[in-house]
Amino acid sequence: MGLELIRAKGLPQALLALAFGLIGAGALHAAPSDGTVSSFNLENGMQVVVIPDHRAPIVTHMVWYKVGSADQPPGKSGIAHFFEHLMFKGTAEHKAGEFSQKVAEIGGSENAFTTYDYTAYHQTVAPGALETMMSFEADRMRNLVLTDAVIGPERDVILEERRSRIENNPGALLNEEVDATLFQNEPYRIPVIGWMNEIEKLNRVDATAFYDRYYAPNNAILVVAGDVEPDRVRELAQKTYGKVARGPDLPPRSRPEEPEQNTKRTVEMTDARVSVPSFSKSWVVPSYQTAKPGEAEALDLLSEILGGGSRSRLYQQLVVKQGIASSAGAFFEGTMVDDTSFAVYGAPRGEAGLQQVEDAVDVEIRRIIKDGVTADELEKAKNRFVRSMIFARDNQASMANIYGSTLATGGTVADVEQWPDKIRAVTAEEIKAVAAKYLNPDRSVAGYLLPAKSDGE
Amino acid sequence: MNGPMTMRIRLGTSLTTLLLALVFLVLPAVVAARAEVKIQEVKSEKGITAWLVEDYSVPIIAVRFAFEGGSSQDPDGKEGLANLMTGLFDEGAGDLDSEAFQSRLDDAGAEMGFSESNDDLGGSMRMLSDQQDEAFELLRLAVESPRFDQAPIDRIRSQIVAGIVANARDPETEASRKWAEAIYGTHPYARPDQGTEKSLATITADDLRAFHKAVFARDQLKIAVVGAIDAESLKKRLDQVFGNLPEKAQIRKVEPVEPKLGQTLQVEYPLPQTSLQLVYPGVPRDAPDFLAAALMEQILGGGSFSSRLFDEVREKRGLAYSVTSMLINQEHSSSLVISTATRSDRAAETLAVVRDVVRKMAEEGPTAAELEAAKKYMLGAYAINNLDSSGAIASTLVNIQTDDLGIDYIQRRVDLIGAVTLDEVKAVARKLLSAEPAVMILGPKMDGGKG
Repeated sequence: MGLELIRAKGLPQALLALAFGLIGAGALHAAPSDGTVSSFNLENGMQVVVIPDHRAPIVTHMVWYKVGSADQPPGKSGIAHFFEHLMFKGTAEHKAGEFSQKVAEIGGSENAFTTYDYTAYHQTVAPGALETMMSFEADRMRNLVLTDAVIGPERDVILEERRSRIENNPGALLNEEVDATLFQNEPYRIPVIGWMNEIEKLNRVDATAFYDRYYAPNNAILVVAGDVEPDRVRELAQKTYGKVARGPDLPPRSRPEEPEQNTKRTVEMTDARVSVPSFSKSWVVPSYQTAKPGEAEALDLLSEILGGGSRSRLYQQLVVKQGIASSAGAFFEGTMVDDTSFAVYGAPRGEAGLQQVEDAVDVEIRRIIKDGVTADELEKAKNRFVRSMIFARDNQASMANIYGSTLATGGTVADVEQWPDKIRAVTAEEIKAVAAKYLNPDRSVAGYLLPAKSDGE
Repeated sequence: MNGPMTMRIRLGTSLTTLLLALVFLVLPAVVAARAEVKIQEVKSEKGITAWLVEDYSVPIIAVRFAFEGGSSQDPDGKEGLANLMTGLFDEGAGDLDSEAFQSRLDDAGAEMGFSESNDDLGGSMRMLSDQQDEAFELLRLAVESPRFDQAPIDRIRSQIVAGIVANARDPETEASRKWAEAIYGTHPYARPDQGTEKSLATITADDLRAFHKAVFARDQLKIAVVGAIDAESLKKRLDQVFGNLPEKAQIRKVEPVEPKLGQTLQVEYPLPQTSLQLVYPGVPRDAPDFLAAALMEQILGGGSFSSRLFDEVREKRGLAYSVTSMLINQEHSSSLVISTATRSDRAAETLAVVRDVVRKMAEEGPTAAELEAAKKYMLGAYAINNLDSSGAIASTLVNIQTDDLGIDYIQRRVDLIGAVTLDEVKAVARKLLSAEPAVMILGPKMDGGKG
């Protein structure tokens, strides 16, 4: 139930089926469709990015806060996401529901989302309504009225959301525990939505403290994409967000760091709802923010060549040639503040067993570590990345997401613009090197999702 | 058209949820943006018609098309044929085998996809305009002469079977199957469009060829193209891709079916959450009160923060994360469906609240203010929800053609919505919501049965 937003590249079938969900893609960086992307700061420290696109009289307005679940205090898991819901309650100026009604009234769309590293609120409306959106959004940045009366029922909503997304889905449950095992110290070990037992205890005091600490213009980025000029955005932003007082300076986002990993770990889950087993194997790897120059780009290309879609090695070998897997692929999420994960996965089909699939995946990884990738497959992977940027320009919300997620994790406008060239510069040797350096089987976490044993498998 | 329940991917989805990062939303759905389209009708020399929106701001071309005749055309005993076929168009065509075809497609920088619903089989392609020669040629091959080689058939079939087996013990899958049978009886809409392990095993290359020949014809073909191409060039492309298809399709007639209401189906399973679905009568797309019903449905439980169901179930009581209503219009059946998932120990309470909201809407209808707000919403939201990218525009234009609404529908719709009266909306609320619904409950045994 509900739409899962997938941070994906490659996987053309999956992307098709997802239709046009917003994609906060690690790899989908892109250039503007017309005019230049402008970026400037308001006096109170709020960063503003404008991505003009005049194809249609529509504008996407987003505010990104540089706070996510990985910034939460210990014991308060889920507060970032819970707070995101509370932002839809009333302020001193506007009663609960008024903002949403205003958006609905003009046929706009709105939503918000929370990840490990950022929280974003967005509306898509006709350009004439941009000022109204900005004024409501600026109002709730500081003037939210939080009472126990609104907090109680909303906490129940979050608990249902957790049941719906996680408890109802054995794969999601396993995934949580794989992350908790993979990351031994970094807060990415804690699920964004929070642990059930901690969500149950979240209260008004927690919410208010979180709000006061993180919701301020100097911790926020305004991204406006669509049928509007930068000067107009500047004028409106000064009139609305510009009136909000700068908050206290926040210390750098230095979170607990991963210690050296020394073990191979296994997380296994059996569930009566599962019929076909599946596995994943994950490693801690650097993100675009923590990597040495070129390494994150090399990891992106490695994941594409190894398991990015139906042209990838894992798919071609396991699914097409050997016919032992129904699915197989790889996954790297690079747009993160801290060290992130790289994963491979597969599920058997026909007579093949899970072990056979895992062994075959390992063979492909070892092959890249030993022999590297070919010039031809590297060139093709690069082409796919570069054209994904052109396709991204077809949707203003995709562009807003690319800039927003990059900036909210510590990147810059220049990072987005230089990304294609940096991808072009990656050599086959560098891909081999990151594979050898990071995909060490003795430092990995394997996750197994298995059918209930009572069925005599 | 395009039953909203039929979108799927052919590869296993369980791993997708296992491995890919989730982004947590405040609302369980997202829509995005864009507006105002100038549509040209383009007719090729061979008489193939397409709707075109020219736009050169991004150097890409998006193509969508649909042939009438989806999985409801699957022969008895060969359920899953249309769905299997959608996985085979990029697995070899003309002189190119699977590997050669996919390699050229990748080199061409184009993305091609096929999908089916109960009522039609559709395709899409997104290409870079400077590589359109190769992309259109590959599309021609796929549409005109798919090979259906045995090796890819076996592989794709086994992937689908793996998905079916993987979901065999998934309570939601199990419940949807029972639910479809309870609602649609022996009608083709009740059949699993992926087929079963058994039915898939019987499908041969000749079956696929016969289906392709029967369905891929010019008379029931709808096409829309958006992007960096002009009408004259498009005419040639239309003849190139579709010009050699047979003139007339051989479609088996599908009877209309009324969903069977007034029943309760309880599927017991020890889940932490109970999902509830209520099915009411719907309104056919061509009925005069369709827009009145759409406005009423928007007020009742449309996907915004301000519907009556959202307010009563989620906002006031915190009973659920998601509660929505939806008008479902398939070619041969229509219905209004309400869905929610709620804490199991409060499922009876949630069901009672939902039924109370429905009863009130049936008896009193919406207020004038609610109707006014819903009209404004539906007017503004159309562009944002339907026209937010080239592909979305193209698929909206295919839908408008399939529903036979006319090339000026996007403009006409404004007046049509404006003209709907409060009395009409009240009447349609009474008509649809006074019915005793079909209720499906999936979760632990619920006290109070029907709520």
